[in-house]
Amino acid sequence: MNVQFLSPRFSHRKDVDVEMLDGNSDEEQELVTPNLSQSMTLVTPGQLITSDTQFMRGHGTYIAPPERMTSSVAGAVERVNKLISVRPLHTRYTGEIGDLVIGRITEVSQRRWKVDVNSRQDGVLQLSSINLPGGVQRRKTEEDELQIRKFFAEGDLLVAEVHAFFQDGATNLHTRNSKYGKLRNGSFISVPPPLVQRCKTHFHTLSCGIDVTLGLNGYIWVSKHITQSGEEIDPDAIYSNQNELIDDSTREKIARVCNSIHALSQQFMYINDTIISYAYEASLEYHVRDLRKPDIIDAICMEVSAKISLGKAGVL
Amino acid sequence: MSRQELLNPEGLRIDGRRATELRKIKCRPSVLRQADGSAYIEQGNTKCLAAVYGPSEPRLKSQIMHNKANINVEISYAPFSMSERKKRSKTEKRILEIASAVKQTFEPVIIATLFPRSQIDIYIQILQFDGGTIQICINAATMALIDAGVPVTDYVCACTAGLIDSTPVLDLNNTEELLDSPELTVAILPKSGKVTLLQMESRLHIDKFESVMNLGTEGCQAIYKIMDKSIRDSMKDALEKMNG
Repeated sequence: MNVQFLSPRFSHRKDVDVEMLDGNSDEEQELVTPNLSQSMTLVTPGQLITSDTQFMRGHGTYIAPPERMTSSVAGAVERVNKLISVRPLHTRYTGEIGDLVIGRITEVSQRRWKVDVNSRQDGVLQLSSINLPGGVQRRKTEEDELQIRKFFAEGDLLVAEVHAFFQDGATNLHTRNSKYGKLRNGSFISVPPPLVQRCKTHFHTLSCGIDVTLGLNGYIWVSKHITQSGEEIDPDAIYSNQNELIDDSTREKIARVCNSIHALSQQFMYINDTIISYAYEASLEYHVRDLRKPDIIDAICMEVSAKISLGKAGVL
Repeated sequence: MSRQELLNPEGLRIDGRRATELRKIKCRPSVLRQADGSAYIEQGNTKCLAAVYGPSEPRLKSQIMHNKANINVEISYAPFSMSERKKRSKTEKRILEIASAVKQTFEPVIIATLFPRSQIDIYIQILQFDGGTIQICINAATMALIDAGVPVTDYVCACTAGLIDSTPVLDLNNTEELLDSPELTVAILPKSGKVTLLQMESRLHIDKFESVMNLGTEGCQAIYKIMDKSIRDSMKDALEKMNG
């Protein structure tokens, strides 16, 4: 077995227009909205943001008495009218209602499941929030409760939507939609949550014929393309644990897409379907196994950023 | 028998530093991909790696607190960290004491009420030991917590200070620690100057106490500047990459 020791690599820093709020000065700072210009104000914990009482404090800030709004995380300051918040660079996923997330069952209780959604607490999926098999909308019975493992058991992956929040901040999930439910025929990959952008839909089919489901919590599912034919879906099979037959070329494509996504996340690039297809095309010249090597990751991501800037300039 | 001179007549210590000089510090956040936050810090020859996981679902039901997050600190010494190879168990009394001190240092600083029913795990490993355990554990944990995005009211910077031949000295290494000179560890919140840990296990005359403590506090402020710069540089890097 060939063992490789990789020496630590230091990134080459280009000088970019990023303003630093100097921690030592105590005067009120002029805040710049990130939307308007390229420059951002970065703050670190304990740093004064403003002493002006007209601003409301948002996430990532706290009031140090007597009236100093101070940052509690390291990140970029965001200002929307009178609301100031600090968005940390690395953080656990905090959902919004309506978010699509992918999760893994960690615990099975009497009438609900606990789901790991890469958040501060496990999400909760209640038996009353899932589609019961049988095709017809029906109420849950005691039999369903006793056979709860028939639906989801520990370790199963599912795609769900955030329905609501409990008081302590835990998410309440639901899968009341034919698109949601148990995931099959594919491979799982996890990326940092801030990299997944919000789009209109999170179920994408790439041009190579592979489905990608982007969970906003950073969990991504890459699977074989399933043709959606409404009436033919066997309603009892939605909770089956059997994978379909997947041939070798599809398996290789799935592996290639997974490794491309991994490469994007290593270089901290945003992830959406267009960028994944750019990365997939850039990866075609390498062998699937080599895609995890740092220099190849660099090459692929440089190509992707070049394509992105071409796309922004309106050439592509 | 000659006693090793800790402070020679020219004012130099055994490693060539002046009395009020800190050891060379190198630090970097975000060194471990798999942890929510991590940091690597070197102070002279003492090297330490810290990883923070959380806030996340608590592993033990008994540790769930309904109104705030549970903070868990674990410290371990690598077997190759000292001059003699020795595997030190995580449940050794001395290590548990240090872990408990670090936990108490961070409890008022982490805004735990934002995450009820969750757990924040801080794992610290000392890779090479040359004096100053608590101070480097606290500094590494601070950087790792900030890297993980855990809200804290301020940085926590720690430094040791002592007294050699009636001269207050800063940042003692292992040789100086072992030779019975009084040693004080102080951890402060740099912006407000509030002290969150003050520990001393030796005897120090009350008249000298103030000068030693002030020296330690100044050392903490200097360490704060270095850690802050390192966090800002790493943030700049990450933001550059994210924005193409």
